[in-house]
Amino acid sequence: MEQYTVKINGIEVTAPKGTTVLEAARMAGVTIPTLCYLKDINAIGACRICVVEVKGARGLCAACVYPIAPNMEVFTHTPRVVAYRKKTLELILSDHNCSCLSCVRSGNCELQALCKEYGVENEDAYAGAKNPSELDESAVHMVRDNSKCILCRRCVAACEKNQGIGVIGANERGFKTKICSAFEMDLADTSCVSCGQCIAVCPTGALYEKSNIDDIFAAIADPDKYVVVQTAPAVRAGLAEEFGKPIGTNAQGKMAAALRRLGFDKVFDTNFGADLTIMEEANEFLDRVQNGGKLPLITSCSPGWVKYCEHYYPEFTENLSSCKSPQQMQGAITKSYFAEKMGIDPKKIVSVSVMPCTAKKFEIGRDNQSGAGLPDMDYTMTTRELARMIKRAGIRWDDLPEEDFDHPLGEGTGAAVIFGATGGVMEAALRTAVEKLTGETLPRPDFVEVRGTDAIKEATYHVAGMDVNICVTSGLANAAKVLDMVKSGEKNYHFIEVMACPGGCVNGGGQPQVHASVRNFTDIRAERAKVLYSLDEANTIRKSHENPEIIELYDKFLGKPGSHKAHELLHTTYVKRVVNKKF
Amino acid sequence: MDELRPVTTICYYDLGGKLHQMACKVTTVPFRGTKEQEEKLLAVIAELRDTPGALMPIMQRAQDIYGYLPIEVQTIIADQMNVPLEKIYGIATFYAQFALAPKGEYRISVCLGTACYVKGSQPVYDKISELLGIKEGECTPDGKFSLESCRCVGACGLAPVMMINDDVYGRLVPDMIPDILKKYE
Repeated sequence: MEQYTVKINGIEVTAPKGTTVLEAARMAGVTIPTLCYLKDINAIGACRICVVEVKGARGLCAACVYPIAPNMEVFTHTPRVVAYRKKTLELILSDHNCSCLSCVRSGNCELQALCKEYGVENEDAYAGAKNPSELDESAVHMVRDNSKCILCRRCVAACEKNQGIGVIGANERGFKTKICSAFEMDLADTSCVSCGQCIAVCPTGALYEKSNIDDIFAAIADPDKYVVVQTAPAVRAGLAEEFGKPIGTNAQGKMAAALRRLGFDKVFDTNFGADLTIMEEANEFLDRVQNGGKLPLITSCSPGWVKYCEHYYPEFTENLSSCKSPQQMQGAITKSYFAEKMGIDPKKIVSVSVMPCTAKKFEIGRDNQSGAGLPDMDYTMTTRELARMIKRAGIRWDDLPEEDFDHPLGEGTGAAVIFGATGGVMEAALRTAVEKLTGETLPRPDFVEVRGTDAIKEATYHVAGMDVNICVTSGLANAAKVLDMVKSGEKNYHFIEVMACPGGCVNGGGQPQVHASVRNFTDIRAERAKVLYSLDEANTIRKSHENPEIIELYDKFLGKPGSHKAHELLHTTYVKRVVNKKF
Repeated sequence: MDELRPVTTICYYDLGGKLHQMACKVTTVPFRGTKEQEEKLLAVIAELRDTPGALMPIMQRAQDIYGYLPIEVQTIIADQMNVPLEKIYGIATFYAQFALAPKGEYRISVCLGTACYVKGSQPVYDKISELLGIKEGECTPDGKFSLESCRCVGACGLAPVMMINDDVYGRLVPDMIPDILKKYE
């Protein structure tokens, strides 16, 4: 690769041809501010915040799309550039709803941060007409407030390019331009899958989850309610970021302590539900393989993926595992087995989950998610919402001790905790399925081929005289590629894991929002996944079928995996949907 | 020019027997596309689909076939081309040449050019919009009137001016509008 040497603010940097000025500046230790730029998916040079002076160039150049050239001299923060950026910010504010005091993103807003950095003192420097806008509150999982939209199109890129969906886009033109769906349809009427990747990349408060924390606080305060909480694997890999800790900090112990201090009656771990899912799903897989069932079996833990499959690949809904997600299994067991064991009226139980996910808010309202005759789950909140609860309750994160989960639904294995990273469910399922098939103990339970953030991972394992072809993918645009290959007969898989969000739940739509200035230069998926793999490594029990609480649950309550009772409580059904409604 | 901005309208769709309220900007004029038109469109798509940048020419030809691009037509293109409906809608609303509503039997065109505007064409436009219940680019549900603004019809001496099909009306004030519209009903 040809190398170019350039000078950024007088500092020499050598970088390969094709490197942008933005990337070269980073190598020189300089951050050029950005708003619209998102690495790999949104390099459109639209927001004009990243402009720099390039010696010899006529005007200012957008650093995010301007490639370096030999001997180029760039100046990133001259008075001219700084004045230009400030004016751009003032112009953005001229059509912005500056109600920062009550904004959900206040303190973590990329626009607010830049206004502060560039000394914008007057929000009304260019006062004038503002675009009229209405909240779109139609979807169960999120709200769009276009009065706070800066038209960066990062949400559009995440939806279309990462997820292959494209139900939102920039419509109209000029001043009237707005982000919405075709014909200004409600988001709820589109094929949106509720993944929340748009929220995760939004720089401002224009997109946010529909919050349930007031309801949850009220349930906790109600003496007649028994409020049980469970937390997904990926939450512990992200939560600490909300309290200023570095990406990749393990928050498990402090999180359990904080939930207890918030007043939840029991603090359970969705890892228990994940182990239970593996018991049922591994059993389902073996059953389909041995009895000529529909293959490939495709995982169903990710509700964004499930809804995508129903809309875009309805012919594959029979391939989806009938297993509920770990959250829903845990909810069903809470209101049956746990209620029975503790002698609590299940109607008094309020089942709450903390998830890295916004699609979970859709999932809890799906049909056939009421195993014990009551909704499996009552409320689900995102990692971000839990952080807000902790802050509102005045709980000092740094002073929290490390605590453990409650029992009997708090024990999780190493196999369960890796559910939060792409490849984790597959690896966990293989650990159990291989031992069941061969009847032998695996010397090392590591299936490293399915780890990592590659878009599509494949492997073939020779198990009990049979070649098992597996595939792991994340990000729905990648899932579409995999399914197209299966459809055309090009690939012949037995088992596929799909996670809606790129990198899996660690990068879910409900996780802490990371500024583009960090996101563009750090692989947050890999950093957060490391937390989960080290927890797996450190766990003495690394296979779901060895979880003592799971063994007890089957012994005393469910019988065998796939039993009638297990089916009633832990399995569900799917529907076929369309992409565009027919008229 | 605040009045010119489209405001959300409420449409009702029959989704599998359930009447469903949807806030959106679908024209209230019933779709009257024929089987022949659809076959023509499908032939156009088959002809162009593999050429790079096919979407725009397909949309142009679709508008030639139907006269406008309602949700029904955009949905056919989206499904056939395997692109999001939103992408087509984004293009259709970006370029002025694409229409989301059909032209009425009587096309009302009010000049909002400098001379007419100064002489008060905006209140005239607003009066028509109010009486017919339609906004820029829209058509009444019975297909009779459509409303659009234009820039200068070359009759500045008569400002403010509007045209209904080929009839020119000049020196307008809002009070004259009800009687003028009556002539076409």
